[in-house]
Order: sequence, then structure tokens, then C-alpha cells
Amino acid sequence: MKTFKGRVVTPGTSKAEALVSHSGLNTLASFQKALQFGDKTSKCSDQNNEELYGKPMAGKALCLPQTIGSTTGGLVLYTACSMGRQPACMLFANHIDSLAAAGAILANIWLDGVSMPVVDSLGEEFLAYVKDGMQITIDDSGTVTVI
Amino acid sequence: MNLKPEQQAILNGEKGETLAKVMKTLVMFGEAFDAETMVPVTSKYNHLVTSFGLGALQPVYDLMNQLIDAGALSSQKFTADPRPMDKNVPSGLLQNLVFKNFMYNKQDYYENQLKKLGLLNDDAFTCTCYMDAVGNKPNKGDVLSWSESSAVVYANSVLGARCNRNSGILDIMGSIVGFVPYFGLLTDEGRKATWIVEIKTSKKPEAQLLGSAIGMKVMEDVPYVKGLDKWLGNSLDDDACTYLKDFGAATASNGAVGLYHIDGLTPEAVEQGEQLITDGAKVYVIDDAELQRVYDNYPVMWKNLDAKPKLCFMGCPHMSLQQLKEWTDKVESSLRQYGNKKVVIPTVFTAAPGVLKEFETTSYSARLNAAGVITSYICPLMYMNNPLSGKMPVITSSNKLRTYTTARYFTDDEILVQITKGGK
Repeated sequence: MKTFKGRVVTPGTSKAEALVSHSGLNTLASFQKALQFGDKTSKCSDQNNEELYGKPMAGKALCLPQTIGSTTGGLVLYTACSMGRQPACMLFANHIDSLAAAGAILANIWLDGVSMPVVDSLGEEFLAYVKDGMQITIDDSGTVTVI
Repeated sequence: MNLKPEQQAILNGEKGETLAKVMKTLVMFGEAFDAETMVPVTSKYNHLVTSFGLGALQPVYDLMNQLIDAGALSSQKFTADPRPMDKNVPSGLLQNLVFKNFMYNKQDYYENQLKKLGLLNDDAFTCTCYMDAVGNKPNKGDVLSWSESSAVVYANSVLGARCNRNSGILDIMGSIVGFVPYFGLLTDEGRKATWIVEIKTSKKPEAQLLGSAIGMKVMEDVPYVKGLDKWLGNSLDDDACTYLKDFGAATASNGAVGLYHIDGLTPEAVEQGEQLITDGAKVYVIDDAELQRVYDNYPVMWKNLDAKPKLCFMGCPHMSLQQLKEWTDKVESSLRQYGNKKVVIPTVFTAAPGVLKEFETTSYSARLNAAGVITSYICPLMYMNNPLSGKMPVITSSNKLRTYTTARYFTDDEILVQITKGGK
């Protein structure tokens, strides 16, 4: 077990299974098929992401360095949240990027009853430690516990 | 964040609940980046990434309706990304049915929303809004609330405007209140390079391959590229701007680059030179072998790797007028070389509606048409994003299109041979 302290971007608590990408998450490429074609588990459709491709992202503790790619990223994440197909939480090793921040903040302010806590600045050590399937718990102060 | 009285008043709800939520969104967004103030948006026009009436994006249209109903309209007119459908582009009956009745069944609805919110005109749909024929070209130093990754990186790097990589929805919110949070690429410090990229190739590197390599390496950092002026010269002429358009799109889609500096060429690099490079900047050397390594590592999503291509898309991002003319010459010349009169694979060149209209006034247009090439204002990415198109063997020299779809990437030279030589 190990704990990491990050910064709260959007508040909340969560307990979920880790899903890890060591490369940047291309939000549009990853969610586009799930959102269009009714996949409630949000299987990652980004062929360029060898770690995530084909794996369900909904309900997972998504651990990543940052998001990349199209500036539709924020509205794609917002749409995933609106449809209940978002990760349980998003945990960034780096400072959050502008697209992921937009998606998380839009969901936080404009959607009722949707929770997707986001913590960033967890450090490279966090991504080096966490593995797919580990149990993640985050509290509302940005402390992330990995078991 | 330190808000000015008029900003605080909006946040306090003095202009209504919806505008207060818009301001709250922008403030919370700024605070995520430690922004201390908001600054006025100074460009004449805005640009939005969302142009497609995709049924799946109903939550976005619902939010837009909230804005419209509250009278929270854009303070600027805006251009938007390309339309997803064009009857000029070859498609089967089933594809047409899927496009119109399933995927983009909200297109008319969403375009009506855009008109209410402030769409510039009916031809305002392109990812290359900065082309002269379109007219949304910001000035150096302008503060923008744009989205569309390829347009943002071009505006920052080639035009010297200042814009963060805003997400869709945030783009119009900045324009509605007229302010954006001051951080990142809006600041002098945020425009400094933390990577030095040294180009040591034996020939002019393919724009979209080079951009892809840099994007994947530096992610969202700012690269200062040395050695490219050897191939591009020291003037931002049509050739250089076209190259940088394609290069930048690949840096932004294969990574998250919002600004690059080209030594001796782009405005801030010309003015400030290596003073733009931060202490301790990392170094990435790109030679022929590195570009080949990047190319060889692209996944190919075709079921049959030897399939004959059924369609070729050029123009993601949309082609420039200069590019359309140059490719007309290249296609004609290559067809002559291989003894063909028309392209042997259905081929679509995409460009902004305004650019296409200008192209049609030149003699090149009839020549390109005679060579069998179709021109269109469509977004190739939107065409490809469905299971029917996804199964088609489509080729492209766009690294952006490759990233998001099953289209297979080839270099410009390889594409030219494929569309003009065929099986001969």
C-alpha cells in the first residue's frame, strides 16, 4: 500500500480499480466509439494507445500523465459524464492539461448529480507504482491510496 | 483569482444565473492553472471546434440551448470546424443513410444553434479559418478564445496570436463574457521553449511526419526547432505557411503542442531567437532514422494490409490554395508518367469553402477535375468515424486523420504514386 498526495481539481471521493496509461490519453480517440455506438463500458478506441486499447474505462480510476489531442477533448469528457460513461475518477501524474480540466469542470458545474473527482500533480512516482487492477481510494483532500 | 468589478458582477449573478455559471466555469478553469486575472479577448472573430450535429453529443446541444435561452450569445462572430457531410464525396447508399439518419441527424439543428450563437456566415465551416479567403486571421498579439488544435497551434506559432488549447464549449464561453483566464500560452513565460529540436535529416522532412514525431516526444511542451529554416527558408511565404499548417496539426493531434518556434522563421523566433529557450531545455535530435522509426511504428488498422485502397483523403487540415495548385501540377505530371488520364483511386482534396471558391476561379480547377480528383469542404475525420467507413481501406498523408481513424498513413510522395499509378 502506498499513498500519494495530489491537488484537487474537482472535488469528491472515490474507490475504484486502477486503469493505467503511461502515455497521454487522447480523449477523442479513446471515447469516440463508445459515445457514438452505445458502449456503456467506454472501451478505449484509441489504436495508438497500446495499454488502453479495447479496455473499459467507465467506472475505473484512470491513472495517466495528461490528456492530448483534439480540442474536442473537454466536451467529449463532458458528454461521457452526462451519459454516465465516465471514469470513476481521473488521477494525473502531471499538472492537468487544459482539455481534461475543461471536461471535468464543465461536468462539475453544468451537470447535476454527476461525480468524477479529479486529482493532479501526483508525480511520476505515482505512475511508476500504480498498475492495472490495483484498488484506488481518493479522499476529498487529494490523498490517493493505492493497494 | 482577482476579478475586475464587471467580472465579479457577472459571477455574482447580476446578469443572470446562466452567465454566472459561464463565468464560474472560466474562473474555476483559470484557477486550475493558477491564473490570477482574466484578460479581454481581443481578436475580431472566434473559432469553434464543434461543427458537427452528432446525435451522441446531445448533452452539448442541451448546454448550448441553455446559453441561447438565457441570451448568453457570443460577443464575437465565429467560424467553426468543417461540416461532416458533402454529397460530392463518394459514399454508398448505406453510408448516406447512416450519416443523415443516424450519426449526423442533428446537423441542421446544431447549425441553427450556431447561427443563433453568432456564426460568421454559411461558408464559415473550416479548420483553416486563418486562410485569407476565409478571413478569420488574428493579428500578432491578439488574445483568442479559440479551440481546434490545428488552428490554435497555427495562430500561436505562425501568426503570433495568443491562445490556450481551449476545449470546445470553453471556446464560446470565453467569447460570451469577453474574457479568458490569463495563464499558459497567453503569458510571455508560458511561450518559452522547454525543448530544443534539432533537425538533421538529409532532405526536407515530411511535414506531418516531423510534426507527429515532435508531438509524441514533447507532449504539451513548447519546442524550439532548429535546422528547419534550411528547408523552409526565412520567409513566411505560402510554401512555408502551408508546411507549418500541416506540421502543426500533427504536433497537436499526435501530442498536445499549442505553440512551436521555428528558428529564423516564426515571428517570436525571429524577434527573440534562442532567448526563447529556457535553461535546462531538453534536446530531441531528429534524423532520417528517427523519422523512419516513427513511421514504422504507426499501427495499421486495416484487416487486409494488401487491400486496394477505395478512397484517398488529402486535406486534414484543409488544404491551402497554394497546395491545391501544387497538387494539380503533381497529379497531372504523375498521371502522364504512368500513362493514366485520371486518378486510379477515388481521391478527395478538402479545403475551406472560401478557398475552393477562389480555386474555382483559376485554370487549375478544371485541370484537377479532369484528372478525376474531387474537391470538397468536408471534414474527412467526420466521414471516417463510423463502422462502415472504418472498414474501408482509406489512405491519407494526414497524420491527424491517421490518429483518429482507420485511414492508413503514407507520405505525400507515396500517396501521389498510389493515386496515379495504380496496379500498373
